[in-house]
Amino acid sequence: MSELLARFRRFYGSHPLHLLTMVAGFSLAGYILFTFNPKALWNPHAWWQSIAVWLVAAVIFHDFALFPLYALADRLLGIAARRQRRRRRGQLRVPGRNHVRIPTLASGLTLLMFWPGIVKQGSATYSAATGQTQQPFLGRWLLLTAVLFSASAFGYAVRLVLAHRRVQDVTNQADQGTDQSADTHPPRHGCTQPKDETAATGSHHDR
Amino acid sequence: MAPGKPGGGRPHEPDCPSDPGGYGLLSRLRRSMDRHRPPGVPLRRRWRSPLRGPWLTSVFGTVLLIGLPIMIITGLLSYMAYAPRFGQALPAHVGWLKLPTFDWPSRPAWLYRLTQGVHVGLGLVLVPVVIAKLWSVIPRLFIWPPARSIAQVLERISLVMLVGGILFEIATGLLFIQYDMIFWFPWHTAHYFGAWVFIAGFLIHIALKIPKMVRGLRSRSMRKVLRTNREDTRPEPHRPDGLVADDPVAATMSRRGVLALVGGSALGVAVLTAGQTIGGITRQTVLFLPRGRTHNDGPDDFPINKTAAAAGIDLAAIGSAWRLTLTGGSGPVLLDRAALAAMPQHTARLPIGCVQGWSTTQTWSGVRLADLAAAAGVRAPLSARVQSLQKIADNRIGDYSHAVLQANQVLDRDAMLALRVNGVDLSLDHGYPARIIVPALPGVHNTKWVSSIDFQAR
Repeated sequence: MSELLARFRRFYGSHPLHLLTMVAGFSLAGYILFTFNPKALWNPHAWWQSIAVWLVAAVIFHDFALFPLYALADRLLGIAARRQRRRRRGQLRVPGRNHVRIPTLASGLTLLMFWPGIVKQGSATYSAATGQTQQPFLGRWLLLTAVLFSASAFGYAVRLVLAHRRVQDVTNQADQGTDQSADTHPPRHGCTQPKDETAATGSHHDR
Repeated sequence: MAPGKPGGGRPHEPDCPSDPGGYGLLSRLRRSMDRHRPPGVPLRRRWRSPLRGPWLTSVFGTVLLIGLPIMIITGLLSYMAYAPRFGQALPAHVGWLKLPTFDWPSRPAWLYRLTQGVHVGLGLVLVPVVIAKLWSVIPRLFIWPPARSIAQVLERISLVMLVGGILFEIATGLLFIQYDMIFWFPWHTAHYFGAWVFIAGFLIHIALKIPKMVRGLRSRSMRKVLRTNREDTRPEPHRPDGLVADDPVAATMSRRGVLALVGGSALGVAVLTAGQTIGGITRQTVLFLPRGRTHNDGPDDFPINKTAAAAGIDLAAIGSAWRLTLTGGSGPVLLDRAALAAMPQHTARLPIGCVQGWSTTQTWSGVRLADLAAAAGVRAPLSARVQSLQKIADNRIGDYSHAVLQANQVLDRDAMLALRVNGVDLSLDHGYPARIIVPALPGVHNTKWVSSIDFQAR
């Protein structure tokens, strides 16, 4: 029995249950095709307006257009972030990458989902159905994008200020600490360590 | 560590339900494909995110495993709400690919508003989750060769059904609720067929992957993930040819950050869309869908699904010459608007729930359908066929110039031919001189500009 199973696996590449699942699933798919009639899925006059083509095109659009596009954008952002890090080595470090990523994603997702209204696609059916026009949507999207990016910039600015202050506080306190208690504290708590690490220990070695 | 060298690596797939290595019939083909790797296919080492892994994929998978069956059921319910036994659910011929036929209830009055609001609302909210799930597994798409055994070839085909199905449903759904009819095919056939292709792919996928999903979820504690910041975020344990990157970079975002980002996106979409169903003050945050907007503040200022102009309503036909024709009894009964207004008037506050997911609740008044049936001389009608003056039909979305109502819908205590809404006469766009309002009926079957009702006697 196990010899038979091993032979099957060598031939098929998985457990018999895998094959049973596949046969069941593809039989259902076959029934679906049969029920809907392949003619309904294919438009002989305009192939690109066929249901079957759209179904495959949806995968191609996501895997070979949408995904590469956002992955590439993020890669470029990563390169920019690394460059900035290198240039500002030793200075204040507050990573800004996510402050660009998040509003871009939110704005992009909104554009993707509400594309028809924003670019005024299908205006005739839209006004027939609603008695209105798609006029406000582009403006709203631009405004939403502005709000998202300014909120993100504000958040980043606040983080920068806080980080700057923390470093300053720590530097001042470290200076004061070494001045006032030079005789009680060993000097290694003072200026010999890099600033980042003083920041971590600063809170308990003063007040 | 990194078996991604072109042609040289010995990839194996312990994570995959199908066996590792190349076997049987396809081994020669596999060896040849290994030698002829297309230049565009990225190496495995290009996938650098430290966050991809079975745990993260399983979390997104769990959300979809809960959400998508709700989508499927509410979608199939909507088909039932259109009453397939009168041939008015589209597409007309679906064989066994539907729920067992039953008469759509007329109570509770908010039933269709709820099921269809959930269908459209949840569908919108799940879009960022679907995108995140696809992002988390995308390296597997670029594995070369794409399949090493018959089992893997079949699995790949089933993934086209799964991914193609869900993306097609999202695309057709998004276009439809925004009235962007750039497709030439009948919309209902497309969305219904796409749904079943997806269901077939989904069933195969969950049958194969649920054990793996459970293992993935158990591999890491959610509580710990929520307590781990970016600096302490490490890749999941690496397994060759799994989801975890061979050569990951340092995390630029924590796992909880990714969950917050995807969850936040879903919440954002909810804020931008749920108001079209919930109504009231929440409608003001519906910035990008048609139903967040109003014309004026009058009593007839609520959404419509078709203007009188678009429906080709002839003003002469709805003026003083207009008559409502009731048939089904011993002879046709003709009533003008004054005669209808002289009949006992009924008032009820009822929602209209549309297939596009939006809804609006208003106070309607008019003549009960049961009273009209009696006036026609039909005591206990089996059904009623309502005819509109509406002319233009778009063959991509179906012909709604008439609708058949079931017995329970005709006889519901609040089902009526409305003449007024919120204390004023119906406006032209809302169906003057008279329109149907039936509790829990799909919006478009609440026929406007009614010209005749044919009651089917028992």
